[in-house]
Amino acid sequence: MYTNTACLHRFAMSAAILLTMSVVAVAQQFEVKSIVIEQPWIRATPAGAEVAGGYMTISNTGSEPDRLIGGVLPQAGHFAVHEMKMDGNVMHMREVEGGLEIKPGQKIELNPSSGYHMMFMGLREPLKQGDTLKGQLRFEKAGVVDIEYRVEAVGAQSPHQHGAEIPHQHNH
Amino acid sequence: MRKIRQNAVWIGATLVALILVGAVLFGSNYLRDDRALPKVAEIGGPFSLVDHHGKSVTDRDYLGKPTLVFFGFTHCPNVCPTTLFEITNQLKELGPDADRLNVLFITVDPERDTPQQLALYLSSFDPRITGLTGGPENILAAEKAYHVYAKKVPLEDGGYTMDHTATIAVMNSKGQYVDAMHYQAPSTAMRAKLHRLLNLKDS
Repeated sequence: MYTNTACLHRFAMSAAILLTMSVVAVAQQFEVKSIVIEQPWIRATPAGAEVAGGYMTISNTGSEPDRLIGGVLPQAGHFAVHEMKMDGNVMHMREVEGGLEIKPGQKIELNPSSGYHMMFMGLREPLKQGDTLKGQLRFEKAGVVDIEYRVEAVGAQSPHQHGAEIPHQHNH
Repeated sequence: MRKIRQNAVWIGATLVALILVGAVLFGSNYLRDDRALPKVAEIGGPFSLVDHHGKSVTDRDYLGKPTLVFFGFTHCPNVCPTTLFEITNQLKELGPDADRLNVLFITVDPERDTPQQLALYLSSFDPRITGLTGGPENILAAEKAYHVYAKKVPLEDGGYTMDHTATIAVMNSKGQYVDAMHYQAPSTAMRAKLHRLLNLKDS
């Protein structure tokens, strides 16, 4: 009987630990009215860099369009949403005028490969991998939302990409 | 007695032959760079720039080793850090073999990318990457030589960003264009090209 209780106890403990771990593993999510922001992250910056790219997924669960029109990151002078396009081998970068529109039901992914990204300018200090940075986003209708960015590796392509970390030296 | 002397001659001859074969194989490892990869296009040419240590350099300073040449700028959030980071990882993986390679990062934004700014920025990447800048005409001449498109794009806040070609030009040790590495091609493809360039066997 004693053993059974111990077993049960151990099981409950493991379950509790697993549950906590899964809660921690759940994507960082921030909401304001109909706007849902998932997994905001920023690339760590090389020394002397004055700009940084920010990435996340923004969804509009409401029935009206909204626009990302601004925000704050204390480490940067200001930021804008930019659109990057590859035209053959040439990279083109444009500021998204009037803010980034998110239509009802739309989910927009901001990532370093192509398409949209946040462009933080006038950096006051280098952004270091592993840090968490507090910031705010401002939407035309939903208003202001506090978010937190994870700082990932300099060349990271996604918030989970550990392959982008400097690898150990191999002997081939 | 005669037999022993004959044996000694044979052993001696075999040793000499082995040494010769070894020397040829060893030597060819260093000479194969040029033979392996022929020129494929009239890309590249003379340039006269300043490296991130403030030293005046020309294209001739980089002859004798294969060279990767790519253009970018330090006020660049996506393409340039991605490429520099990728190259850093590749060079680390190559280890000492990467010493047989030049890597040149030429700025398309000489206005902001001074030698000091390039030195600071490149301190975050592999030290074997050289940053080059220069006067606007010198940069323009280098862009033209490498068929690189670069254009200033004004931003709302009064600042600017740059559109530019994101491809890496691969030059052989004679400064001839032999290959290209495209932006966001898989790391494995880049690794294979570097191995080919340096005559390394894929493991």
